[in-house]
Amino acid sequence: MRGHSDIAINGDSAVALAWKQIDPDVCAAYPITPQTIIVEKFAEYVADGEVTTEFVCVESEHSALTLCITSASAGARTFTATASQGLAYMWEMLPIASSMRVPIIMAVANRAVSGPININNDHGDVMSARDCGWITLFAENVQQAYDMSIVAPRIAEHHGVQLPCLVNLDGFILTHATERMSPIDDSVVRKFVGEHKPLYPLLDVKHPVSHNLMDGPLFYFPHKYQMVEAMDRALEVSRDIFAEFAKISGREYKLVEEYRCEDADAIAIVLGSSFGTMKEAVDQLRNEGHKVGVAMPRLYRPWPIADLAKVMKDKKAVIVMDRHLSVGSYGPMFPEVVAAAIENDKVPKMYNYIYGLGGADTMVSDFKKVFTEPHSGKAKRVNYLGVVR
Amino acid sequence: MASGHRLCAGCPESIIARQVLMGTEKDIVVTCSTGCFEVSTTIFPYTSWNVPYVHTAFGNGAATCAGVETAYQALKRKGKINGEMRFVNFAGDGGTYDIGLQALSGAMERGHKMAFVCLNNEAYMNTGIQRSSATGMGASTTTSWAGKVSPGKKEFPKDMTQIMAAHGIPYVAQAGPHAWKDLVSKASKAFECDGPSFINAIAPCPRGWRFPSDQTIAISRLAAETCIWPLYEVVNGTDYSLSAESQRIADGKAEKKPITEWIDSQGRFKHLKDPKWASVVESIQAETDRKWKSLLRLCGL
Repeated sequence: MRGHSDIAINGDSAVALAWKQIDPDVCAAYPITPQTIIVEKFAEYVADGEVTTEFVCVESEHSALTLCITSASAGARTFTATASQGLAYMWEMLPIASSMRVPIIMAVANRAVSGPININNDHGDVMSARDCGWITLFAENVQQAYDMSIVAPRIAEHHGVQLPCLVNLDGFILTHATERMSPIDDSVVRKFVGEHKPLYPLLDVKHPVSHNLMDGPLFYFPHKYQMVEAMDRALEVSRDIFAEFAKISGREYKLVEEYRCEDADAIAIVLGSSFGTMKEAVDQLRNEGHKVGVAMPRLYRPWPIADLAKVMKDKKAVIVMDRHLSVGSYGPMFPEVVAAAIENDKVPKMYNYIYGLGGADTMVSDFKKVFTEPHSGKAKRVNYLGVVR
Repeated sequence: MASGHRLCAGCPESIIARQVLMGTEKDIVVTCSTGCFEVSTTIFPYTSWNVPYVHTAFGNGAATCAGVETAYQALKRKGKINGEMRFVNFAGDGGTYDIGLQALSGAMERGHKMAFVCLNNEAYMNTGIQRSSATGMGASTTTSWAGKVSPGKKEFPKDMTQIMAAHGIPYVAQAGPHAWKDLVSKASKAFECDGPSFINAIAPCPRGWRFPSDQTIAISRLAAETCIWPLYEVVNGTDYSLSAESQRIADGKAEKKPITEWIDSQGRFKHLKDPKWASVVESIQAETDRKWKSLLRLCGL
């Protein structure tokens, strides 16, 4: 569907454009690199009257997310954005947001977490948020950062789901890189996202409700289990919304994106912009006669176990790429992929590569190694790609 | 607020909350910072609130309230809701003076139309009487014990009311539950001013301050009578005026009681009767006098 209406735009501005088209009721945010362009651009839309959003420049990320939580529980469609230390500073509020079942949308411009302080890309920020009960979407490129921003409210606000959602885009690699993108018409986006229909809003004073009470042991676990069921439903809801989105965009998203996996002996599993780089590595290796492929889970939460098991079925080797470190164990995604693999009768050989921390440059040639090293028996269980000791 | 709640016998927090809520006839949303008041009014599956209520965490009461107010402004502008509404957050002194200070300062600066009420019992009572920056000098708490070499808390409390006045917001007041008419009137001004407002209400705690639970109101009155907790308001950050006992003391119509009466009334200060801590009592009196004189000057008296 590439056409004359395509634009050149960076990832942050693409997210801001999607927000402009959706025109949320409330946006509260705090500046942090490399997210800042999103809120700067959105503030421009506010200043020029192109959106009707109540835009609040709070004094910290903790207040940003707090304000978003109660704004959403009051009944407003609410968006925010952050990265790295900002997400870390919000951490206390992340599980509160999800347990309050408020469908906030938060863009995360993935950046390494201090220390040492580092402003460049890895997935340390979002991985530290993984147990907090947020739906977690990843984008491979600028187009997808835009597209995921549009599908996110549909998934989060679905009455069978009602959970907040993170839209991840790699810091600098996507946030600041200008790419070609096909925007969707304002009216089409607005119609697709639709009117927000909040459940039990605080501002319905005729039906007063108390939100976020104290739970004793009798209620805490059952309430948490309700989130489990909602998150499970989010998988099928996502599949349906992706199908609906394909009709307005011509772009079809899946729970697990595959590239040349079908007849591959070995596949890699990767998140975010490296999916694109790894496709190039796969193409080159295919030309050299290696039967390899690469896949990207579109969602990290809910974790698409069945779809991942399907893509790993009958493979000889699976290589899991982690752009984060859980010091003292494997990369965070590796055990999760292994767990999905045991859904099949036969489990492939499995390897873990930690790569690209703090923006460490990872080239196509590096990604080729993650296929060739296991093949030639040189790979360990956990490998640190390109690290200089 | 319903009569069913789980606050301790003699706790003034529900008294203060009811007096504050009497300050408006309009629809209201109540928010709470984590603390005694929040825990005691909302233990699932029960709630003491007959109005919309939300709590999120401890250090963010002002942002919690500001979020609801922001949604109200947004949805009202879009015509999705109508009618006038008011917003109030209740926090303890920890959620105001300490961990809640940043969010509070931010919300006040941004001008959210909301009232922030501090239920000031001068320590972390919900977690078991630990000192806060609102705790008075010489008070024995579970983290500032009076001991062989310590007279209890060594520092004077932060002057939170004046910190809030320095934000230049439309309305700031200091109050106590014994002066109920004064407190209701202050709440009414807080709700009707055009912007953010702050009320610092002293909340004598029978458990933490060690006094019989039928003395709560008397202790609150004594705080005003000794001038350790003057009752006053500040409009637009600069226009100071006294009320109730404090006004009568300034007018010479009532006696300014010595700080020893305050100290003698509460078990948290009982060690100060030991002559070896006489200098501590003297410095509490001196600081109370200094602050009172400064307040009189601010009031143009």
